[in-house]
Amino acid sequence: MKTIGYIIQKEFRQIFRNKAMLPIIFVMPVLQLLILSNAATFDIKNIRLLYVDHDRTSTSRALINSFDASDYFKVMDRASSHAKAYEAMENGSVDVILEIPNKFEKDLSLGNVTALGVYINAIDGAKAGVENVYVNQVVQSFSKQVQLKYLSSAGGTVMAAKVASVPAFWYNKELDYKTFMVPGILVLLVTMVTLFLSSMNIVREKETGTLEQINVTPIKKYQFIIGKLFPFWVLGLVLLTVGLLLAKLVFHVPLVGSVALLYLFTAVYLLLILGMGLLVSNYTDTQQQAMFIAWFFVVIFILLSGLFTPIESMPGWAQKITYLNPIRYFVEIIRMVMLKGSGFWDIARQLSIIAGYAFALNVITVWGYKKTR
Amino acid sequence: MKETEKVIVVNDLTKKFGSFTAVDQISFETRKGEIFGFLGANGAGKTTAMKMLIGISKPTSGEAIVNGFDVKTQPEKVKKTIGYMSQKFSMYDDLNIMENITFFGGIYGLSRKEIKERGEAVIEKLGLREVAKKQVGSLPLGWKQKLAFSVALLHEPKVVFLDEPTGGVDPITRRQFWEMIYAEADKGTTIFVTTHYMDEAEYCNRVSIMVEGKIEALDSPKNLKKQFDASSMDEVFQKLARNVE
Amino acid sequence: MLRPWMRCSKNWRAMWNNFKSKFLGTNFKRFMGFVKKEFYHIFRDKRSMFILFGMPIAQILLFGFAITNEIKNVNIGILDKSKDSETIHITNRISSSPYFKIKNIVSSEQQIEAIFKKGQVKAVLVFEKDFGKNLKSTNLANVQIISDATDPNTANTVTNYIQSILQDYQREINLGIPGREPIEVRSRMFYNPELKGVFNFLPGVMTVILMLVSAMMTSISIAREKEQGTMEVLLVSPLKPLQVIIGKVFPYIFLSIINAIVILLLGFVVFGMPVQGSYFLLALETVLFILCALSLGILISIISKTQQTAMMISLMGLMLPIILLSGFIFPVSSMPWPLQAISNIIPAKWYNLILKGVMIKGVGLRFLWKETLILLGMTVFFIVLSIKKYKIRLE
Repeated sequence: MKTIGYIIQKEFRQIFRNKAMLPIIFVMPVLQLLILSNAATFDIKNIRLLYVDHDRTSTSRALINSFDASDYFKVMDRASSHAKAYEAMENGSVDVILEIPNKFEKDLSLGNVTALGVYINAIDGAKAGVENVYVNQVVQSFSKQVQLKYLSSAGGTVMAAKVASVPAFWYNKELDYKTFMVPGILVLLVTMVTLFLSSMNIVREKETGTLEQINVTPIKKYQFIIGKLFPFWVLGLVLLTVGLLLAKLVFHVPLVGSVALLYLFTAVYLLLILGMGLLVSNYTDTQQQAMFIAWFFVVIFILLSGLFTPIESMPGWAQKITYLNPIRYFVEIIRMVMLKGSGFWDIARQLSIIAGYAFALNVITVWGYKKTR
Repeated sequence: MKETEKVIVVNDLTKKFGSFTAVDQISFETRKGEIFGFLGANGAGKTTAMKMLIGISKPTSGEAIVNGFDVKTQPEKVKKTIGYMSQKFSMYDDLNIMENITFFGGIYGLSRKEIKERGEAVIEKLGLREVAKKQVGSLPLGWKQKLAFSVALLHEPKVVFLDEPTGGVDPITRRQFWEMIYAEADKGTTIFVTTHYMDEAEYCNRVSIMVEGKIEALDSPKNLKKQFDASSMDEVFQKLARNVE
Repeated sequence: MLRPWMRCSKNWRAMWNNFKSKFLGTNFKRFMGFVKKEFYHIFRDKRSMFILFGMPIAQILLFGFAITNEIKNVNIGILDKSKDSETIHITNRISSSPYFKIKNIVSSEQQIEAIFKKGQVKAVLVFEKDFGKNLKSTNLANVQIISDATDPNTANTVTNYIQSILQDYQREINLGIPGREPIEVRSRMFYNPELKGVFNFLPGVMTVILMLVSAMMTSISIAREKEQGTMEVLLVSPLKPLQVIIGKVFPYIFLSIINAIVILLLGFVVFGMPVQGSYFLLALETVLFILCALSLGILISIISKTQQTAMMISLMGLMLPIILLSGFIFPVSSMPWPLQAISNIIPAKWYNLILKGVMIKGVGLRFLWKETLILLGMTVFFIVLSIKKYKIRLE
C-alpha cells in the first residue's frame, strides 16, 4: 500500500508540473462543453427561402407573408426568374426555392387544384426532409385560410369524427436539445481526457527509458498499475464534478436523480476506461502508436454511442456492436439518472455490465504487463 | 584475492531471439566487493546478458544466480538486492532531485525517514544543494549520471549493475565517477559494469571480453595483457577481435 | 519592352534550377535520402498503418449504414383503458407500421414512469376510457401520446408519426366526407433526390480524416524529434531547416492523398456517390486542404514541447470542434450566431463546402473562389506564424 502511495504521489507531481498540459486537461474540456453543447442541435431554423412569383397577386403575396411569419423561414429576396434562383442555389446562398405559378389566385378562387414548385437543396438529406415538412405545414395552414375564404358560401360543414391526440413530452417539456446534449458531451470529454492520458502514460515511460528502471525494482505489477490508474481516476471524477456544476449552473440541466448514483457509476466506468488506456499503453511501443489506437476506438465509440444519433435507428448488427461500447452505457445512464431520475435498480443491468468489463479488462492489463521480456 | 562469497554465479547462460543467439553459453563468477568489467563491441551481447542478470529478460537456457536467487525463477527477489543504472538516463526529467529520490526510495520500500536521511546525504555528497529544487532534466549530463548512480545505491544493494555509465561524459567527470565506484566497492558492494572505453577496463579488478555472444577472455587486466602480449587493454581487445574474424 | 514574367517563361528551365539550388539546396540527393528514410519510418509501423487506412473505411461504413436519424422499430407502450374494437384497430395499425414495435402493454399510469426510467420504451399511447363509445356518440375521442423527451428530437418525431397514423385512421372512418387540399406542393429534392445520408457525411468524414491525419500526425512526428533531441541533430546536418520540415511532412501528404482516394472510391462503389464536378479541381482543392492541415500541424508542433502536448492539442482541441462545427452532423445554419461565427475560422468548414460543391453540385471555381481563397489564406497564415514562432525559439 505504501509503495502505491509513492507512485501516486509521483504521478500527481508530474501532472501538475506540466504547465502545457494543465490547461489542456482542465480548461479545454470546460470550454468545449460550454461552446459545443450549443452546436449540437437538430433544430432547423432560419431556412433561407427564395421565391419566384409568376402570379403577383394579393394571394401569392399572402402566401409569402405566411412563410415570413413562420419561425422556421427567413424569406430572402425575390428572384426574377427560375434561372436566377437556380444560380443562388448553386452558390449555396439559399436552402429552398418556392415557385408560385401563374394564375395561382385565379385557380384557387375557382376551386381548381394549383401546384406550387418547391426546390430543396438536399445534400443534407435529413435537413431537407425536415424543411419539406415545414413547407408543407405552412402551405396547409395557408390553404385552410383560403378554403374558408372561398368556400364559406358553399354551405354547412359536415360534422366529422375526430380522434384528438394530446402530446405530452415528459422530462423535457420544452424539447430543449441542450438538456439532452450537455450530459452526453460531458461523458465524451471525461472519457477522452482519461483515455488519452492513460493510454499515453506507460508507453511514455517506455520511450523515456524510465520504465526499464522501474522494472528492475521489486515493485509488484498490481501496485504499479493501481498507482498509475488512481491519479487519472481522481482526475476523471474532478472533471465530472466540474461538468455537472456547469450543466446545472450554466445550462440549467435538471438533475432529477441521485448524484451519488451518478458518481458510483462514473467511478466504475472510469476503471474500465483507464484499464483500456493502460492496455493500449502496454501493447504499443511509442506514444504516437498509442494515441492513434486510442483515437481509432474513440471515434468509433462516439459514433456508435447514441450520443448524436439514436441507437434504435441503427441496423441490428450495429446495435449489437454497441453492446461492447462503454460510452454507450455511460451516455445512456447519465441521461437516465440526470433527466429521468432513474434509481439504482433501473440501472443495475448497465452497472453490472460495466463492472464486469472493468474487472475483466484490468485483469488482462495486470496479467499482460510483463516486467520480464 | 581473499576468500569471499560469490555474488553472481553464471553457468552456460544463453539467450536466443528466434534463430539468432545473442548470448551463447556464457559462464563466470563475481565476488563480493569486486569491480567486474564486462567488455565487448556494440552488438556483442553485453546488454542482453546484463538484462538477464537483472531479471528483466528471461534466459533461454542455462542459469544465473544473483545474491543467491535464481534469475529465472525468482527475478523479483533478485531485484530487491540489486541496483541498476541504464545507459539511457532514466530518472524523471520533470521531477526535482529529492522527488526522484523519494519515488525510487519509496518503491524499494525505504521508510520516509530513511529516504530523507539518505537523500540529504546524496545531495550533500554530490554538492547538489543549490540545484536540489530544479527539475532533473535541466541538469548537465555529468551531474545526472552521478545522481543516477547514487539513486541506484539508495537501497544499499549488494550488487550494482552499470550499463555504460560514462557514455558522453567529459574525462574529469569520468574520473570522479570512477572514484565513486571505487569508494562503493571498498564498502563491499559488487560492481558489474559494461563499457567500451578500454582505459576504463584498466580500472576493473577483473574483465571479461565478449565477442559475438561468447566470453572470449576473462581475467585481471594485468594477466590479460600478459596473455595477449599487449601493452594496453585496447590492444588486447584488437587482437581478440582479429582472432575471431 | 520585355516584361519580367516573359523573361521567366523563356528561361524557365534555368529558373527551375535556380529555384532548386536556392530553395532545396544543391544537396537535393541528400534531401531525397532523408525523405526516403521518413517513408520507411512510417510504413514500417504496421499497427499505425492499419489504423491509418482502416479508420476511413470503418468510419465511412459506420456512417453509411449505422448512423442515421431515421426512426425505425421504436419501442412503444400502450395503455388501453377501453379495449374496444377501435382501440385494438389503432393498436394494430401502429404495430404494423415499420416505425414502431409495441413492447409493453401497460395496465396503469404509475407503470409509465417505471418503464421510462428503465429506458424500455420511447413513448406510451394512452387511450381514454370508452374511446370507441365516445367516438360514435360525440364524434370525439381522446388519446394521449406521452413521450420520453430526454431525447427531444426522437420524442418529437415519434409524436409526429403517431399523430399521422391517427390522422390516417380518422380519414378512413370519415371516408366519403370531402377534404381535398386545394394547393398541391410539388417538392423536388435537388442534388440528392433520394435524401441519402451519405451525400452529407462522406464529405464530412473525408474532411475530418484528412484534417486529423495531416495535422495530428505531423505535429506528433515533429514534436517527437524535438523531445528526443534528434531535431537538433537534423538541424545541424547539411539539410536546411525548410528541407527537414518538408521531408517530415512529405510522407503524410502522400498518405492523406491515398486516404482521400480510398474514401472517394468507397463512396462511389459502396454508396453510389459519383463526383459530378471536375476531378482536377477536386484534386487541387484537396491538396490545398492537406497543405493547410499540415501547416496547422507544424504550428502545433512548434508551440508544444512534448509529444503529449502536441497530441492533446490536436486530438482534444481539434476533434470535437471539427466534428461539430464543420456541419457534417449538425447543420451550421441552425446554430446560434456566435457559433456560426466561430465556425468560420475552422478550415474544415470551408473544405467541406468546397467538397459538396464539386462532388455533389458539380460547380466550378466560379462558385467556389471565395472558399478557396479563404483556405489559401489560412494556409499562408499558419506557415507565416510557424516561421515567426520558430525564429523566436531559435533566438
